Amino acid sequence: MHNGHSEPNLKIAGLSCVRGDRVLFSDLSFSLATGELLHLKGRNGSGKTTLLRALAGLMLPESGEILWCGEDIRRMREEYSRHLLYLGHLNGIKGDLSAVENLRVSAILNGHRLSESRAWEVLGEIGLQGHEDLPSKHLSQGQKRRVALARLLISPARIWILDEPFTALDVAAVELLQAVISRHIEHQGIAIVTTHQEVAILSEHTRTLSLGHDHA
Amino acid sequence: MASGFVNWFKFSSPATFYPVARTIGRSAAVIAVILIAIGLYMSFFVAPTDYKQGEGYRIIFVHVPASWMSMFIYVVMAIWAALGLIFNTRLSAMMAQSLAPTGAIFAFLSLWTGSFWGKPMWGTWWVWDARITSELLLFFLYLGYMALRSAFDDPRRGDRASAILLLVGVVNVPIIYYSVQWWNTLHQGATIKLGEESTMDDTMLIAMLIMTLGFWAYSIAVAMMRLRNVILERERSAGWVRQMAGEGL
Amino acid sequence: MLESLYWVIRRDLTIALRRRSDIFTTLIFFMIVVSLFPLGIGPEPDTLRLIAPGVVWVGALLASMLALEQLFSADHRDGTLEQMLLTPQPLAPLVIGKVVAHWLVSGLPLVLISPLLGLQYDLPWEGLRALIISLLLGTPTLSLIGAIGAALTLGLRSGGVLLALLVLPLYVPVLIFGAGAVEATLSGLGGDAHLRMLAAILVASLVLAPLAIAAALRVATD
Repeated sequence: MHNGHSEPNLKIAGLSCVRGDRVLFSDLSFSLATGELLHLKGRNGSGKTTLLRALAGLMLPESGEILWCGEDIRRMREEYSRHLLYLGHLNGIKGDLSAVENLRVSAILNGHRLSESRAWEVLGEIGLQGHEDLPSKHLSQGQKRRVALARLLISPARIWILDEPFTALDVAAVELLQAVISRHIEHQGIAIVTTHQEVAILSEHTRTLSLGHDHA
Repeated sequence: MASGFVNWFKFSSPATFYPVARTIGRSAAVIAVILIAIGLYMSFFVAPTDYKQGEGYRIIFVHVPASWMSMFIYVVMAIWAALGLIFNTRLSAMMAQSLAPTGAIFAFLSLWTGSFWGKPMWGTWWVWDARITSELLLFFLYLGYMALRSAFDDPRRGDRASAILLLVGVVNVPIIYYSVQWWNTLHQGATIKLGEESTMDDTMLIAMLIMTLGFWAYSIAVAMMRLRNVILERERSAGWVRQMAGEGL
Repeated sequence: MLESLYWVIRRDLTIALRRRSDIFTTLIFFMIVVSLFPLGIGPEPDTLRLIAPGVVWVGALLASMLALEQLFSADHRDGTLEQMLLTPQPLAPLVIGKVVAHWLVSGLPLVLISPLLGLQYDLPWEGLRALIISLLLGTPTLSLIGAIGAALTLGLRSGGVLLALLVLPLYVPVLIFGAGAVEATLSGLGGDAHLRMLAAILVASLVLAPLAIAAALRVATD
């Protein structure tokens, strides 16, 4: 399985993505080991979201490959998904379901059962006390984002791919999220994050990658 | 992978295939003109008059080959679509895309000639005959494919979506054909069938075969011409196209 | 895997029951379409009996097609579709779950209301029975085939009309065998052969359609 790699890593080799006529990025190569956080930077339209979607396996790159433990993720889709948590622009929650229901369904789909009491506990932790069983459509933007982020607290996934996780969050939630990400990195996780806010997402393990042709 | 595949896959690059398409297209065009000329001559002057249907039957020399081609092209498109999905080659999808209008035109031609034949034979422009009805549905499948193809802004996504549709369609075509046949026998279909002569003269058969081969060559010729346009349009930002445009070739 | 299937169905049914109006829209559309035909053709009972199988079936076909647009679009908009594609399990069974839930709220009500519409057309008891059974076997196939079209046109500008263009030709066999079953029963020939064909088509599409739907959904989120 691990093809001789001593520890799991995510390797990107010669990746190019094209949208319509536009080459978003080409021949991108880097690799990430466990315990590393990649902060992805770039202007609007530089292909950050596209790269994240490609890394999640949602988008087919024009060329190049993405290897998890030395194996192409397209050939091990389900296995790779087991190690992956992706949080995109969209929260992925159902407006007609309550926060508890959303979290439990999401857990089941990701292959682990979540008891109702544990769901309440987690939602309390993320600061949604008193809103757990309201239909999510009545929550504010920030609260909806918190419901989505609650998945981070229950996920056993190794790789976190977070697209603008800090948007719509208040100061307290930003701090909480920072702490959660730090803990994930300390526990030998991998995180790939885009953000506009200059949040100190910590530490000597943070690497940055700038997309697009910056003239700075 | 075996190294024998390398040469074969070389031609799956649009840049390499572009000049090849011209050679194939031109040769096919010449063959098409010759064959169709011979075929038409035979169908009008050599093949004998039908004792039952008179001169009007001669439209089958266009009708039957056109129907065959419309079905055949759909299957070929589905094969290209499958190859494109499996090997992720752009050229395969472009092939399917280039064939579609020709297939649709043959389906339409088949319906049109069928209706021209129907007027003197049955006294009506349209009969819900099993074959004609199936042909009509095939025509709709072609239109659906082309509509879906063009609804995508991103051609790569359009390739994949329309390839899936083609595969679904090709599984369905026999079922549709069979069900229409069933429906038709249940409702007492027409007794005279277009293109199903009990006494098929040898010259009739030969004329029909030559016409079919001619249509075949015609399909290859126009598909190749269309393919060249598709390649240029979709690869317009690629280096080799710019270079060629710059050289004024 | 079965557990996630169950949860997908349960989730979609919960949502559907919380917004019941969607269910009724499809149903009312079906009833209106079928009721329009006598107004266009005339109230002659013999004629009505003759056209009843075809009219009810075409009505069911259009109604189930109308409901299709909702199948994946909400999930696509709120991002739950993306999450479904990223679950560590094969996508096809989850897709079956979605289609089953969709059929339960859009197809099954049509089946249940069909005897009433059959009565409007003065169908005898055997005819009504054949109508119910044929719809029961046929409408799930319509949902499965339709889901392919819904997935293919997901997120496209002209989605609705395009969906009809893609899906209606593929519905033809179901229409032929479905309406044929009722007709054959009415004419005394017996509709069993038709019903068996419908069942065979249902089994085949249950096996093959989810694969196409899953592939199409991957393209849609690309």
